[in-house]
Amino acid sequence: MKNSAIHLTDVTISYHRHPAVHHVSGIFPPGSLTAIVGPNGAGKSTLLKAIMGELPLAGGTIQRGGIEQRDFGYLPQAAEINRSFPLSVADAVLLGAWRRTGAFRGITAAIADEARQALSAVGLAGFERRPIGSLSAGQFQRVLFARLLLQDARVILLDEPFNAIDARTTADLLAIIRRWHGDGRTIIAVLHDFEQVKSHFPRTLLMARELIAWGDTGSSLTAAHLLKARTMAENWLDSAVVCSGQDRGAA
Amino acid sequence: MTLHDLLIAPFADYGFMRRALVACLALGLGSGPVGVLLMLRRMSLVGDAMSHAVLPGAALGFLAAGGLSLPAMGLGGLVAGLAVALLSGLVSRTTVLEEDASFASFYLTSLALGVLIVSLKGSNIDLLHVLFGTILAIDPAALYLIAGISAATLATLALIYRPLIAECLDPGFLRAVGARGMLYHFLFLLLVVLNLVAGFQSLGTLMAVGLMMLPASIAKLWVTTLPAMLAVATLSAVASGFAGLLISFHYGLASGPTIIVTASALYCLSLILAPSGAIMRLFPRLHLKH
Repeated sequence: MKNSAIHLTDVTISYHRHPAVHHVSGIFPPGSLTAIVGPNGAGKSTLLKAIMGELPLAGGTIQRGGIEQRDFGYLPQAAEINRSFPLSVADAVLLGAWRRTGAFRGITAAIADEARQALSAVGLAGFERRPIGSLSAGQFQRVLFARLLLQDARVILLDEPFNAIDARTTADLLAIIRRWHGDGRTIIAVLHDFEQVKSHFPRTLLMARELIAWGDTGSSLTAAHLLKARTMAENWLDSAVVCSGQDRGAA
Repeated sequence: MTLHDLLIAPFADYGFMRRALVACLALGLGSGPVGVLLMLRRMSLVGDAMSHAVLPGAALGFLAAGGLSLPAMGLGGLVAGLAVALLSGLVSRTTVLEEDASFASFYLTSLALGVLIVSLKGSNIDLLHVLFGTILAIDPAALYLIAGISAATLATLALIYRPLIAECLDPGFLRAVGARGMLYHFLFLLLVVLNLVAGFQSLGTLMAVGLMMLPASIAKLWVTTLPAMLAVATLSAVASGFAGLLISFHYGLASGPTIIVTASALYCLSLILAPSGAIMRLFPRLHLKH
């Protein structure tokens, strides 16, 4: 799969002028598999949304090298989805074909067939007609992965994909992520489980509003870096002064 | 009294009953589906607020036309309803107020303004007509307007069905694939306002929303899939209109409120009898093996 790198140069994103992501620079190489880790409130989800182009930058640039908005596949946090909506599993998965169907074109037999294959790839064969409200959290996460399979995106962004998901489902979904990695897709996932990151994600971006480390997982996830992340997340000042840009994080 | 006298004669004998019946059928066709989507988008109270918002515009139309005139009041109501919908959206995006709070503030303002404007020139009877409707006084022009709005509603819903549902299920996904979710949201709000305008001459500004929300709640109690909900809501809106008109005819009751009370009665019955209602809990069925 043809892919390009995503370059972050001095990226700052702020809410009410307080930076949620502060002077972050670096590269997601094409086809890389990167975990974003950091304490709560570190700006991880914010950074994901900015990479998709969904949030305005307060400073810096993101170069996507010809990757357009529709080339992104995005898995939102579970809380952002209205799971009580009366929709069947098949219909939810078929939304993944949006790039081909758009808002108005019909679902072809080929697309419907793809959706069935995607469902059996995530271990939910035969669930097509079930309402999404009747699924468990793990089953619903499988549905969202099936939707991503159908989306066939060049860049896949996962926001906390394994929260409240049991070990077996996590293992199945990690296998799908490995398959995507093999296809040459660029994958960026926000995660909390360091052991999982160490064993499955070759690259890691560690941040606490500012960048602490970004590179090979082994050299990024050191005890010293993690300690730094924890202390940085805790200092939030209500009466902060305007940032002059001189004191940016060393990374 | 024969069944014919009971169910058909009122409509066969009186033109105003026929027109009222057609108005009810058309209203049900439009308001039923819109109500279901309002409920699923967790905007039930927004629908209520919008129905109040229509009032000052209708009142201004009333003043401008110098009496009860559906075109003038409908246009005024449409403009006022849309203004409140857009302003509330704007306020919730630019200030700390959530959309429901800003809707609540706007509709209270609208209700007060509307009653104030009508009472400037009109009598208490006029005020009653604006607030609670005059379904038995509907003329052919008003019928065309109501039928046109219902047809436009069904056509628009059919067209924007997929993006509207996607926006409701997972707005982040729709933004991520580059579709304009806000556009569909506002198109839908436009449909809500249009249907409220269609409903307000027959049922009044305050109760037009009843033919949206009550059928929607009834549908949710009986069925679980979206197409079935749309069908059940439409059917119960139409049935409430039909039955309500007949009851009001035979017992000499005000027709608008009778229609809404009929829908409420259906709702109460559903609360007790429907599959997810109260009675079923008293008779638990044996659980399945798988």
